[in-house]
Amino acid sequence: MSTYAPPQEQTAQAQHDPADVYGLMAEFDNQEDLMKACANARDAGYKTMDAYTPVPIHGLTDALGWDDNSVQRIVFCCALVGMSLGFGLMYMITMVWYPMNVGGRPNFSWPAFVPPTFETTILLSAFGAVFGMLAMNGLPSPYHPVFNNPRFIMASSDRFFLCIEAEDPKFDLANTRKFLEAQHPAEVVAVEN
Amino acid sequence: MAAHDHSLGPVLPPVKIEHADVVLVQRHSNTTVTDKIAGVVLWSPTPKQWFVIIAIAFMVLQLLPFSLGNLVVQGIGLWGINSPVGWGFDIINFVWWIGIGHAGTLISAVLLLFRQEWRMAIARFAEAMTIFAVMCAGLYPVFHTGRPWLAYWLLPYPNTMALWPQPRSPLVWDVFAVSTYATVSILFWYVGLIPDLATMRDRAKGFGKYIYGFLALGWRGSAKHWHRYETASLLLAGLSTPLVLSVHSIVSFDFATGLIPGWHTTVFPPYFVAGAVFAGFAMVLTLAIPVRKWYGLEDFITDRHLENMAKVMFATGMIVCYGYFLEVFMAWYSGNEYEWAMLMNRVKGPYAAMYWALWICNGLSIQILWFKWARRSTTVLFIVSQFVSVGMWLERFVIIPMSIHRDFIPASWGMYYPTVFDWGTFIGSMGFFTFLMFLFIRGLPMISMFEIRTLVKRPAEANH
Repeated sequence: MSTYAPPQEQTAQAQHDPADVYGLMAEFDNQEDLMKACANARDAGYKTMDAYTPVPIHGLTDALGWDDNSVQRIVFCCALVGMSLGFGLMYMITMVWYPMNVGGRPNFSWPAFVPPTFETTILLSAFGAVFGMLAMNGLPSPYHPVFNNPRFIMASSDRFFLCIEAEDPKFDLANTRKFLEAQHPAEVVAVEN
Repeated sequence: MAAHDHSLGPVLPPVKIEHADVVLVQRHSNTTVTDKIAGVVLWSPTPKQWFVIIAIAFMVLQLLPFSLGNLVVQGIGLWGINSPVGWGFDIINFVWWIGIGHAGTLISAVLLLFRQEWRMAIARFAEAMTIFAVMCAGLYPVFHTGRPWLAYWLLPYPNTMALWPQPRSPLVWDVFAVSTYATVSILFWYVGLIPDLATMRDRAKGFGKYIYGFLALGWRGSAKHWHRYETASLLLAGLSTPLVLSVHSIVSFDFATGLIPGWHTTVFPPYFVAGAVFAGFAMVLTLAIPVRKWYGLEDFITDRHLENMAKVMFATGMIVCYGYFLEVFMAWYSGNEYEWAMLMNRVKGPYAAMYWALWICNGLSIQILWFKWARRSTTVLFIVSQFVSVGMWLERFVIIPMSIHRDFIPASWGMYYPTVFDWGTFIGSMGFFTFLMFLFIRGLPMISMFEIRTLVKRPAEANH
């Protein structure tokens, strides 16, 4: 699949100090193999792991046994705050801070407040969606150990990676490597912290 | 880092693809998609047309500081606006540019909700167009205030004058709508760029690596990140869809809530939104047709894309024509002599030529799009798009100065003639837009790589 000459200097047998290892990373050249490997790792009891892909893959987080709806919650809260702030602002302006008689119409003309209230709702929800997503993902992150694998730059282009992290209670340098090598990867490497 | 060379992707021979009826010509892998699109920015030779266009755009752009600089020093008396025509080129061009921006949001948000795959190749490009068009639009009301350094007075904030904007006025709604629209468009565009910026970071060399790396925020394509990312994208699309409809509806309220014949109609919101999409797709086609050819992107922006855009342009154009018919019908059916006088002024008044040119540009020229061969001909589409862009500008001219230059009392009638400063600002803003568009094409991936990768047919799928 890839047309690049993969660097071979990092061999599977390289020795690592277990304390320095962030995790074991398996590289796959297609997403079907990655999906199977993720599901197998989940079924084998691994929990602290992550997959790295150049495309969003439907069902990959299910295969990893992970789910999250924090962004939805954040956006919902932001929408409520935006709506209250917008309507509150209109109310305060027309009723308290600057009441003005326009042709004898009521100061509290709420239908006229709907368009600005709608806009503030959308604005705060969009902030919630973007900044909430970034915050929950821990971005911006200037450093991450996965980049220590020199082949990881291909994760943003055409290669698929599964990393089982050393923090996982079931993690064992030798056994986990054996498990990953049974998943038909192109390569398994230990990633240093 | 890795010793292997990233700059040499596989070179696919150029293939003449006649009427490719697919959203992606299937001879690509994830690798070639990355190589082609990232290569446009990082290592492929820049086509000479790019230099020509950006040089012209940069020169035309100089009209902007000239016109606006003089305006700031001497005041808006330099413009052709007067009493009764207080809204001239400034408002026409504001509405025109905002409308052009709408196609970008429509493509990226509405078509995402409808899961239209043809959206993917043109969304990034169209969103950039939205942002630059909104920037151009924003210039006009700010300078129309006459004291642009006090433009922040439009915003509600506690101040020592104890003054507040009046939220019962559609002009204040406009401030909320347009500023929200600009902000959300930029957020949506940037979020869409993050995974591609990571690709650029991983493929760039030298200083570019640090710039793309900084902008990519450390994106690493984690499955958990993608999961939240996709949720955020979907929510942003869901939020932008009503937003884009609200923006041009609110712009139309600026007129529809007025009592002037020609403004005071209920058809305005849907008719303005349709007109915005109409003009916006014309601008996407105007830019996409030459850029696709110069950069050899026919595999990604296929004839199917052009045809679909032509169909949207045609459908919205017909809605706009329906709006024009309805204005004529209501002038007669209302039995209101002022409405009828407004129509007669359009048909045979001093600006009648513009009204009839409007019908030719927006009504007649698009009728060729009934034919499939026309929708698939880049030449026809490019020419029709020019007609539509001019036509939509004429529409705003017909609505704005042509309605207010003759109101209820003949004693207050007048004429509106734009001055060299009106034209300078308008043409300068076109140069500004083109300049920004071509800078964007040079510096950022103009097609969403990660979304195109999802369209690549995988060997495993072929076996099923």
